Parts: sequence; C-alpha cells; structure tokens
Amino acid sequence: MNHRTTAKSLLAALVATAFSALTPAVAWEPTKTVEFIVPAGTGGGADQMARLTQSIIGKHNLMKQSMVVVNKGGGAGAEGFLDVKGAKGDPHKIIITLSNLFTTPMATGVPFNWKDLTPVRMLALDQFVLWVHKDNPAGTAKDYIEAVKKAGPGKTKMGGTGSKQEDQIITVALEKQSGAKFTYIPYKGGGAVATQLVGKHIDSSVNNPIEAVAQWRAGNLKPLCVFDNERMPYKGKVAGQYSWNDIPTCKEAGVDTDYVMLRGIFMAGGVTPDQVKFYVDLFEKVRQTPEWKKFMEDGAFNQTALAGKEYADWVAKAEKLHEGLMTEAGFMAKK
Amino acid sequence: MQEIQSLMAGFAVAMTWFNLALMLAGVTLGVLIGVLPGLGGANGVAILLPLTFTLSQTPGGATSAIILLSCIYWGALFGGAITSILFNIPGEPWSVATTFDGYPLAQKGRAGAALTAAFTSSFIGALVAVILITFISPVIARFALQFGPPEFFAVYLLTFSAFVGMAKGTPFKTVVAMMTGFALAAVGIDTVTGQLRLTFGFTELLKGFDFLIAVIGLFGIGEILLTIEEGLEFRGTKAKLDLRVVLDTWKELPKYWKTSVRSSVVGCLMGIVPGGATPASFMAYGLAKKMSRDGEEFGTGKVEGVVAPETAAHAAGTSALLPMLTLGVPGSPTAAVLLGGLLIWGLQPGPLLFVENADFVWGLIASMYLGNIVGLIVVLTCVPLFASILRIPFSIIAPVILVICAIGAYTVHTSIFDVWLMLVFGVLGYVFKKLDYPMAPLVLALVLGDRAEDAFRQSMLGPDGSLAVFFANPLVGTMTGVSLLLLFWPLISRALAIVRGRNGRGG
Repeated sequence: MNHRTTAKSLLAALVATAFSALTPAVAWEPTKTVEFIVPAGTGGGADQMARLTQSIIGKHNLMKQSMVVVNKGGGAGAEGFLDVKGAKGDPHKIIITLSNLFTTPMATGVPFNWKDLTPVRMLALDQFVLWVHKDNPAGTAKDYIEAVKKAGPGKTKMGGTGSKQEDQIITVALEKQSGAKFTYIPYKGGGAVATQLVGKHIDSSVNNPIEAVAQWRAGNLKPLCVFDNERMPYKGKVAGQYSWNDIPTCKEAGVDTDYVMLRGIFMAGGVTPDQVKFYVDLFEKVRQTPEWKKFMEDGAFNQTALAGKEYADWVAKAEKLHEGLMTEAGFMAKK
Repeated sequence: MQEIQSLMAGFAVAMTWFNLALMLAGVTLGVLIGVLPGLGGANGVAILLPLTFTLSQTPGGATSAIILLSCIYWGALFGGAITSILFNIPGEPWSVATTFDGYPLAQKGRAGAALTAAFTSSFIGALVAVILITFISPVIARFALQFGPPEFFAVYLLTFSAFVGMAKGTPFKTVVAMMTGFALAAVGIDTVTGQLRLTFGFTELLKGFDFLIAVIGLFGIGEILLTIEEGLEFRGTKAKLDLRVVLDTWKELPKYWKTSVRSSVVGCLMGIVPGGATPASFMAYGLAKKMSRDGEEFGTGKVEGVVAPETAAHAAGTSALLPMLTLGVPGSPTAAVLLGGLLIWGLQPGPLLFVENADFVWGLIASMYLGNIVGLIVVLTCVPLFASILRIPFSIIAPVILVICAIGAYTVHTSIFDVWLMLVFGVLGYVFKKLDYPMAPLVLALVLGDRAEDAFRQSMLGPDGSLAVFFANPLVGTMTGVSLLLLFWPLISRALAIVRGRNGRGG
C-alpha cells in the first residue's frame, strides 16, 4: 500500500510537472480582494498613485479580483508598515512606499525595516525641485545658496512636508554640501507648502514637480534646479516656453546634491515567488497603459522601474544613504 | 458681466439629464454617508473615486465625474445633521455643534423643525459661498495667500475664544475638559519634530486619537448609557409627521437673518483660509450665543442654535473648494480627495484652471447651485421620514444605534481597536454628563488642538521667533486682538460693571 501511494503521488507529481510546463496559466492569482495600503493620508502623492493604479486595473480588467485602497498613515506611516509586517504570508496585501519606509523607523524607533517585507518592484522615482518665489532675485541655484549664506545662519526659511522626512533630509543634504543654513518649517502637505511659498511666508521649497507645477505655470514660482543626476526627460512646454527638461540638475547649477524618492511596491514577508511574480507582472501591465504614462509625464516622474534583485539592491543602497544623512543631521531615534 | 456669461455656459454643461441623474444619485449617497458616523465625506468620496475614472476619460466626462463626487460631498454636508439632531450622534465632525441645540429640540418633540432649520441653513450657507465663488474668486484667492502660520494660529485662537464661556459649568470644569482634549490631541506623531508623543510604546496609539471615534463614543454611546439609566421612554411620539412642519419652520427662520449672515461670513472665511468646516461651525455657534438676544438659552433647544453652526459648516464646506480650484490647496479633507481626483483625471488645479479648463470649472460651479437645490429637495422631503425614526421604541433603536456606532468607529481606520476605544469614550462621556463637565471644549480641543499647536510652533520657528509675530501685520494683529478681547470679555465686562457701579455710587 505504501508503495502504491508513493507510485501514485509520483505519477501525480509527474503529471503536475508536465501540466505546468504546458500551461503556465496555473500561476498564482489572488483569490480575494487585494488590499492596497497607503502609509499616508488621503489626497497625497502616494494616495493618488494608489488610487490611479486601482482605477487603471479596474478599467482595463487587469485582475479578476478587486482592489481596495486603505489609508494607514498614523505615526508617519508606521501604522501601514506595521500592518503589512504583521501580515506575514498574506499575499492579498500590498503597500506603496514613500521615503518614510526608511525615515520613520529611523526617526521614531518604531520597529520595522524594509527587510521585514518582500520587495515587489519599483514603480517610479519622485523628483524634487528647488523652488523660489518669482520675485526672488536669485537666477540660479548657486546665486540663491550664496544669498542664503550671506544672510547668515537661520535667516532663510525652507518649507517642506513633514519633519525628519524627505524634504528635511534634502534640506540637510543641501546644507551639508553648500554650508548654507536654513530654518526648516514643516507643514502637513505639499500643496500647502507651495502656497506658503507663493504667499512669501517661506523663502524656498523642495516640492515635487506635481505639487508646484500649477504655480510655476501661473508665473508665481520659479524652479532653480532638480535634485537628480540627470535632467528630467520631458521636453513638452509646461510653463510658457519652458519644459521640465530646461531645469538644470543641481549639480549643473553648482550645488551638487541629489535625492529621489522611491515609489515602490512591497508585500508582506513569507510570500512565495509565484505570488510576487503576479504583482510584478500586474504592475508592468499598469505601467504600459496610456493613463499611467500620462500621469508620469504630468508629474515629471523619473520612470526608472526596477524589479527583482536590482530593486532590492537599490532599496538597500537607499537605506544606507538615509542612514548616513539622518545620522549626520542628528535625526536618529535614541536607542 | 463676464462671470454671468461663463456661469450660463456652465449651466449648459451641467444641465443634461445624465448630469442631473448623477446629482440625484450623488446627493442621496452623500446623505447616507453623512448619516453613518465614521464614514465621512472624505472616505466616501475616496472610495468612489476609482469608479469615476472611466467616466472621466470620455469627452466632458471630467465634469460629470466631479459633479458626482461633489454632490456626494454636498449630501454628506446635509446628512451630518440628521443623526446629530435625532440621536445626539454627530455624523460628521462639523455637525458636533448642531447637537447642542438640535438634540434638545428633538427631545422636546421638535425634531422636524430642527431638521428643517438645519437643512435650510445649510442650503443658504452653501448658496452664499457659491455666489462668492462665482463672482470674486480671484480676489479671495489672493486673500488666502496672506495666511502664514501666525495667521492660522490667530484663526484657531479666535475659534477657541469665540467658544470659551459658552459652557454653563464652572470655568474650572471647562478648563479641565479642554486640557483633556489638548492632551488627547497631542498623542501620536508630532508634525514639527517628527517624533512620537505619549504613545507609551503601544502601536495602536501611533495614529493618535481620532476625533470621530471620540465623538461617536462621547456623544452616541454616552447618550445611550444615560438613557438606559433614566429609563425607557418613547420621547419621539410627539414629532409631527407631515411636510407642514417645513413651512412652519420656514416662517420662523427669517427672524434669524442676522445669525445667518454672520455665520455665512464666518463659514466662507474659514473655508477659504482654509480653516475648515468644523472650526467654522464651532465659531459660528459661539458667536451666535454671545451676540443673540436669546444667547442665554442656547443649549436648551433653540432653532437659532441650529441655524448658526449649519450655515457656517455648509458655507465653509462649499467655499473650501475655492482654494482647491484656484491654488491647488485643499480646504478640507474631502477637498483633498477631490484634488487628488482632479490630478488623476489629468486636470491641473491651480491658478490656470479657470483659464484652461473653463468648461470644467464653470460646469462645476453651476453644478454647485443645482446640486444644492437637488440636495435641499431630497432632504426636506425626507424630514417626516427622518423624524418618524424617533417613533421607534428606544429598546429597538438603541441596539441599532450601537451597531451603527461600532461600524462607524471601525470604518474610520478599519481597526477593531477603535471600537473598544469608542466604548471607553462612551463611558467617559457618561461620567462627564453625570459630573456635569462640558464635553464641547474637549471635542473642540481634540479637533483643533494639534493644528493650533503646529501653527504656533511653525510661527515660533522663524528667525524672529517671538510672540510679536502675532501682531506683525494688520491682518494677524486684528485677529489676535479680537480673540483676546473675546477671551477676556467676561473679565472685561465685569470690570466695566464694577467701574460703572463705583461711579454710580460715587455720583
């Protein structure tokens, strides 16, 4: 009897192998609604991207099961990350990241790390641009930084979203590189920061393109440089005769600082490679839709989109970078 | 006038059968969302946002999409008042102030009047705001740019000051309640330092105490506990059940025109700044209480006490769309979601939207007029229906309310911990009532505490970080001055009385 069972299971295994070789359609698929967690509030950049994804998947029928977006922004995103960390082995939960994947555990000591999660793929990288009011006499980033230095430490206000998060880290990196000293004022959202700059309540900002573009086009703000090592590729006219491509990199402008923000997807730990592959493919399909491409161009995103090991390596490198900047700025939580 | 021409073009865009049907659907859905505590306008709109995506890709579809979503918002603004009045459970944060007089009215058997007053005032507030948006939006947009952190702090200070002294208990109890609110508001992440505060290592406390959960517990559960203790009663049987109540109430409303005007102004200002509908409703109630002839009787069931917060809340909620359209800054959480929607649909909110997408903007503005009219008709015809809910015996309705409260608390963050928290707040609400502590200051401090704190500390961060920034320009100086005057008015008026008294004796 024992023999027979073995033989039977062997046969079954053989058949199964043959089958899977012939029909790759037996690959894993979600069997219930997929929860798409946003570790931030409604209306922000990550939320927009998640809801756009949900819309695209629905419109093009890219997935049999439905997807719901759930905002878990408490504790600077810790709520969302802890939720996914706690859902070990659950393939029906994915999360989109901001830089708070790195900064929140470092700044607050809340116990989670990207290694608790399974990297799925990068969707895009969000750019940051140095903006000043149109009346600011500085014509280039170099001029502006010189003016800040001349004014003296703490005399110039840099506004940004949140505290000890990406905007402040860029400010710190900028200070470190140039020797200028800003007073950093944290606000709750990027739109508010842009408006505060238009109203001259702050002197500069490092808003994402999408947060400040409307004010640039209206002639209220001017971009000085982009914090990336290459110019943004979009050559369509955005503001008057200027395109995103006309903004020099900060390095070109003589202020050698760069920073991009990860917009990537992670799953819980302990999921199978099959399950990861499903989402890698799903998001690849999303990226190929015209709606996604338009969104990328409107927001002037850096469309680098790594997957697999390259993605994990990128994340590991980004973590190191954040650790260095946060330590230097004294932002790390006391152990 | 150019605006009228544009508006007419807007009506042409908005007034198709399809769009009118969307308005009706949106408003009805919105009322339901508003009725369910916890499932706020922002959540409701966010959930439905993806459904509008396909719609927005068709020609003219973006207008239809925003009409659907904004009508959900109008519906939620109307609907928030219903449970506040009937069960003392605010369906939305901005209807907390509506409970103060709305619920006593319902207890007196005048639920229909309270509902009619609430809905009608909401409509009037919205109308004033839309007219403002139609004709002077560029001016208003510039005004909003004047607001930096010190100005925002002054606005919050003004709200607190307008509200202080409205509680009937001893000042000491008001202070205790308010400080409890501030302490609760401080839990969670601190915007200015990015650090966690008062979480004591509990991950459940990371997100802080949500105002909605506190309100559902304090008001809803607390009220039920109290009613259980006081015994069952069919207190709603006196409620009139025909539409005549609407007309009767309308006859009464013109008397309160001063309150309506004042509340509309407060609401529009708070929406544009953007301070939000919740502070607007509190401030309007506080001001009405101070300035009305019947101010002393506020809280015992005065129709005027319903008119003030509802007018302001709806005016603020509506005008909150203005900074969203012209500056790309959302004036309320719901406006933030709508803003995200605009971006997803491929539109760019900001100064050029009026120029580049005139069809869309004016279609939306026209739909604000139409949507609010549709909304008013929907809710007013339902007044007898809503009021008749109170005829259901308490022993049947109480468990239903409990379940709805629990669902509401759960939906806020999809967290079961919040349901327990709601029950704890319920007990706290019961204790507060028993010991005669006022709950309103607690709620106000909880909703505005961290915002006021952020604004204050942002003001202090500047190189010239001294209290002088609150008097640095005429705008902020006036607001701070008025706040301080309001705050110390009880003392000042007493001092004046003493001085006069002495003079009198001396003479």
